[in-house]
Amino acid sequence: MENTVSADTHVEVLLRVNGRARRLRLDSRVTLLDALRDELDLTGTKKGCDQGACGACTVLLDGKRVLSCLTLAAQCEGRGVTSIEGLAADGRLHPVQEAFIRHDGFQCGYCTPGQIMSAVALLQEGRAGSDEEIREFMSGNLCRCGAYPNIVAAIREVAGRGSE
Amino acid sequence: MRPFEYVRADDAAAAVALVSADPQAEYLAGGTTELDLVLKDGVVEPGRLVDITRLPLRGITLAEDTLRVGALVTMEELAADATVSERVPFVREALLAGASPQLRNMATIGGNLLQRTRCRYFRDSTVMACNKRTPGSGCAAVRGPARMHAILGASDHCIALHASDLCVPLVALDTVVDIQGVDGARSVPLTRFYVLPGERPDIENVLQHGELITQIRIPLPPGGTRSGYLKVRDRASYEFALTSAAAALLIEDGTIVRARLALGGVGTMPWRAREAEEVLCGAPAAGRTFRAAAEAALDDPFTVAGTAFKIELAKRTIVRILQTVSGVQS
Repeated sequence: MENTVSADTHVEVLLRVNGRARRLRLDSRVTLLDALRDELDLTGTKKGCDQGACGACTVLLDGKRVLSCLTLAAQCEGRGVTSIEGLAADGRLHPVQEAFIRHDGFQCGYCTPGQIMSAVALLQEGRAGSDEEIREFMSGNLCRCGAYPNIVAAIREVAGRGSE
Repeated sequence: MRPFEYVRADDAAAAVALVSADPQAEYLAGGTTELDLVLKDGVVEPGRLVDITRLPLRGITLAEDTLRVGALVTMEELAADATVSERVPFVREALLAGASPQLRNMATIGGNLLQRTRCRYFRDSTVMACNKRTPGSGCAAVRGPARMHAILGASDHCIALHASDLCVPLVALDTVVDIQGVDGARSVPLTRFYVLPGERPDIENVLQHGELITQIRIPLPPGGTRSGYLKVRDRASYEFALTSAAAALLIEDGTIVRARLALGGVGTMPWRAREAEEVLCGAPAAGRTFRAAAEAALDDPFTVAGTAFKIELAKRTIVRILQTVSGVQS
């Protein structure tokens, strides 16, 4: 049994966030979401419901989309985390980010980082075959402003299906 | 929220020994139920969480018409399995009808079996009356507004629902649960894994403290079997079932020769509808057979004001899935 915690309620954890190794000492209860926002000042990932219902906290963990509010930072030891801050390369926005701007895929913007992370994963999963499929596989991301039609349009464009 | 010690397990036997020896210890897998209850609702307060997600319990293998699924396989991984799609498509349908893509990437198959009820009274620590949380304290749900609650297997003591979609086809297929404890391994059919609330709603299954689900075994139905899963809910996606039904039928010359039927959204456990199966087996695949099966399945419900609508809804759900799977509409 590897016990990375001494018999206390803190953990040492090494996260690989957006390609950079980050070593932290945390209370065992700290979620990946709070570690990103409060310890690493990566506040792009948003805390919405903080209970697994809204998708605002979506990040990629080893390339797969997960909810950072229901993941302990300790569980991510050695794993690769990609947050919204990690999408743009060399100062250029990710194609999904550009498409969200072009299609006005947001209003207040609070759910947008989670929407974009989920959309990036959806495209990798090959789930953009139709508008219906996009809606179903984006259903874990709520938008209370109701920007859904424009979000679907942005994803559809990046999937290379033009406008339907 | 009470502080807890976090321990990462790298050996199943050691993890079982650790949790078995400590009444305050609990396992942590996908976390989608456990961390919700511990960190957010504060209704479960372990002193130690043993993270089992790095244990080697991940494979999906097919041998002799049985699909073995490691307890830590995620919902998305099982949904993507080729054998599942080919031989038991209703398992895939149930998986994809549950939760969201993010949650399905996290949630494990073992954890899905052990998910806790969504009963709002259970999950609200300011509600005093909950026999599941505090044995003997009463049940706020039978007196207060209830809607997403059970009507089969329920009683005055508890109407908390088992909300799994996946478990509905699994219980129809006579899935077996493999369990490791400090004294060795044992196997329990999923149909006998859960226990009715009775006077002790806090006891939900046959697991002893510290026992660990290591894999499930799904016996694949005979060739020619057709299956389907129907989920009825308040919104089109990302919502728990009001009612659901999983059916697997083998039909020869218009006669049902083998039938498996289970219900979700209505039971205190994933509900195998054996009385309905008896009606179906040997009967013509016809609308009147389906209606008779639905009546048999909902023969003895326990309802409160807010859940009475589920009786007719569940019957119609059964008829609809039998129509869909058989291809016989009338």
